[in-house]
Amino acid sequence: MRDSRFVFALLLGVLTVLALLSHPAHADEEIRPRPAAPLSPGFRFTEATGEELFASACQGCHMPDGKGAIGAGTYPSLAQDSNLESGGYPVYVVVRGQRAMPPIGAMMTDAQVAAVVNYVRTHFGNQYQDAVSADDVKRVRPERYPR
Amino acid sequence: MQNQGKTGVSRRDLLSLVGSVAGSAAMVHAMTSLGFASESAYMGPIKLEGDAKSASVLILGAGLAGMTAALELRRAGYQVQVLEFNSRPGGRNWTLRGGDSFTELGGATQTCGFEQGLYLNPGPWRIPYHHRAVLDYCKRLGVTLEPFIQLNHNALLHASHAFDGKPQRIRDIKTDFQGHVSELLAKVTQQSKLDEAVSVQDKQMLLQAMQSWGALDKNYAYKANLISAEVRGYAKNPGGGLGAAPVAGEPIGLSDILQSQLWRYLRNFALHEFQTTMFQPVGGMDMIGKAFARQVGDLIRYDAKVTRIQQNDSGVTVSYVDAKAPGTPQLAKADWCVCTIPLSILSQIQIDVGPRMKAAIDAVPYTSSVKIGLQFKRRFWEEDEAIYGGISYTDLPIRQISYPSSDYNRTGRGVLLGAYVYGGANAYELTSMTPSDRVARAVELGSRLHPQYRAEFENGIAVAWHRVPFTLGCAGGWTEEMREQHYDNLCQIDGRIVLAGEHASYIPAWQEGAILSSLDAITRLHQRVVRT
Ligand SMILES: Cc1cc2nc3c(=O)[nH]c(=O)nc-3n(C[C@H](O)[C@H](O)[C@H](O)COP(=O)(O)OP(=O)(O)OC[C@H]3O[C@@H](n4cnc5c(N)ncnc54)[C@H](O)[C@@H]3O)c2cc1C
Ligand code: HEC
Repeated sequence: MRDSRFVFALLLGVLTVLALLSHPAHADEEIRPRPAAPLSPGFRFTEATGEELFASACQGCHMPDGKGAIGAGTYPSLAQDSNLESGGYPVYVVVRGQRAMPPIGAMMTDAQVAAVVNYVRTHFGNQYQDAVSADDVKRVRPERYPR
Repeated sequence: MQNQGKTGVSRRDLLSLVGSVAGSAAMVHAMTSLGFASESAYMGPIKLEGDAKSASVLILGAGLAGMTAALELRRAGYQVQVLEFNSRPGGRNWTLRGGDSFTELGGATQTCGFEQGLYLNPGPWRIPYHHRAVLDYCKRLGVTLEPFIQLNHNALLHASHAFDGKPQRIRDIKTDFQGHVSELLAKVTQQSKLDEAVSVQDKQMLLQAMQSWGALDKNYAYKANLISAEVRGYAKNPGGGLGAAPVAGEPIGLSDILQSQLWRYLRNFALHEFQTTMFQPVGGMDMIGKAFARQVGDLIRYDAKVTRIQQNDSGVTVSYVDAKAPGTPQLAKADWCVCTIPLSILSQIQIDVGPRMKAAIDAVPYTSSVKIGLQFKRRFWEEDEAIYGGISYTDLPIRQISYPSSDYNRTGRGVLLGAYVYGGANAYELTSMTPSDRVARAVELGSRLHPQYRAEFENGIAVAWHRVPFTLGCAGGWTEEMREQHYDNLCQIDGRIVLAGEHASYIPAWQEGAILSSLDAITRLHQRVVRT
């Protein structure tokens, strides 16, 4: 009895995950229940997709809905953000940092930075379809990150 | 540190390591005996002599830097007013107790569920003995201190991929590492391989020293015996009556220690900033902020969010809004301004300063840090494991577990620091979670060091510093290059404005830096006032 209930629960779990995975990619504004968020084993981020990277690296400041937050200072909204029109700008900000935004791209590969920038530029009400590439990121990297 | 290769370290590398350690230790010794290395930059209570001409000073921020300036400038004859965003004094000097609530950026509110008397210091929590300015203000303002335990030999070191994931005692790793290294050094010394570096007279002394320091036997071997057990402890402790003889434990092999990389944590007990004696205020770190506020609280306007800082030849004008209900800006005016607003926030405020100071304000990103406090039904770390205070280190994303340095050996509940993450991907990942997820992860991960977590956990509270509305980060993340380019420009007086705070010091992320920077800033400001 207990065993079959366990199997049923497991099945239900698998089905939920499948349902989540097949969820249309457009409904990004609503916050979906996610499995336990990943924690990278080392200093650098190990998440691969733009969505995962946003949820692990960016939403700490820009918030899950991308709309930022205001306290004594401000985290700007990335939603419907006309500053993202040129892909070079967000690449630069992520790789080099800008004032209170740390150069968080220093803990990512070129491909990861491109993935998260492309994600932000095509979600949260942004519709910039010209994707940036890992090479675009590489060109912006400082010779070395200061230590 | 995280990037250390996994390749084996050759014995020669090890010896050169020991050589350089011994060399620098000797160097430091020589320097202290000359009176250099251990001097604090604190010169004792500040003396602002000369006529302040009842000039007015507007201080922005009521953290330790701002309140130090307020206290000393009023005493020197200035008219002082302080604007503070929060509804309380202290800034990062802050303690969370049962019943306190905290709303982070994004809106999540946590109410601390700790039992009365238990607390978490989400920011500063320990004070080195050489932070003489902090200690002096504690003395002058009546803040009672108690020892903060940094090194507890019975706390744990944990590597998730070594020793089958089983945590090791600090005393075992420390003693065994020291013992093996001493044995190696004794061996090459005896084989006359160090004759070029060590004189004949020193050779005998070196052997004796290794024997004593490394707990070696008469043949200079490090082994399971009562000699090493005197340092590393026993498999069976000495007792009383029949069958009471102690039994020595088996040392951990050198290669196992090296490959586990647990040796890298030993540095946390050696660094100058973490050496004994360390202190904490009895009852919570915010006792310091509260003591300052007893002196200068009447000068502080709370819930005042600064939005614009202007200056001209005749004075400074600062706009601020009600932090809780932002409306039309109000104005505050003064002859001078001491601004202690963290750069993360100041960089977003329009401020009339020259391009060089503005570039400096914009240059420094703030580090990421997360601290999580957990309350348990009983102090199992003491009752089950004889761990009284101190810190266990792990390579898991929680990084540290710190046991309370107070109320030892009592029955009942206790709160420990279940995670203290500083920088790296994990700090951002934890910040990105909801507070309850952060707590849940800390419990899950911490139970790998202490399985009792599962049965004893009651509640927790998690502070991610990039979500803290009044700092947007932990502390200024200076690099050598940034300092070279911007530090002096940040600290210069610009017209009628001078900056102070942790970020304007060479002791970032320490309260001592905030106070020393404030004392330096007001000293220079006062000199200017007296001269004009
Ligand atoms: C996780 C962590 C661990 C730490 N550990 C230690 C430790 O063990 N020992 C130690 O000594 N130090 C430690 N520190 C460092 C210590 O907390 C700081 O160096 C010190 O408290 C900074 O003081 P401050 O006055 O410079 O800044 P703050 O205390 O940040 O004061 C600045 C004030 O400005 C106010 N403010 C901000 N924006 C505005 C605005 N727009 N308008 C008006 N007011 C505003 C803020 O509310 C705040 O009160 C730690 C810090 C953190 C975050
Ligand atoms: C520690 C907090 C923090 C994190 C984490 C963070 N940001 Fe930011 N971000 C900021 C702040 C603060 C600014 C505003 C900087 C300024 O003053 O110009 C900003 C600005 C930006 C901008 C410029 C917006 C505009 O309209 O000009 C972009 C794009 C951006 N961030 C993208 C990202 C992405 C993508 C990530 C994750 C990879 C990320 N940020 C992570 C704090 C953060």
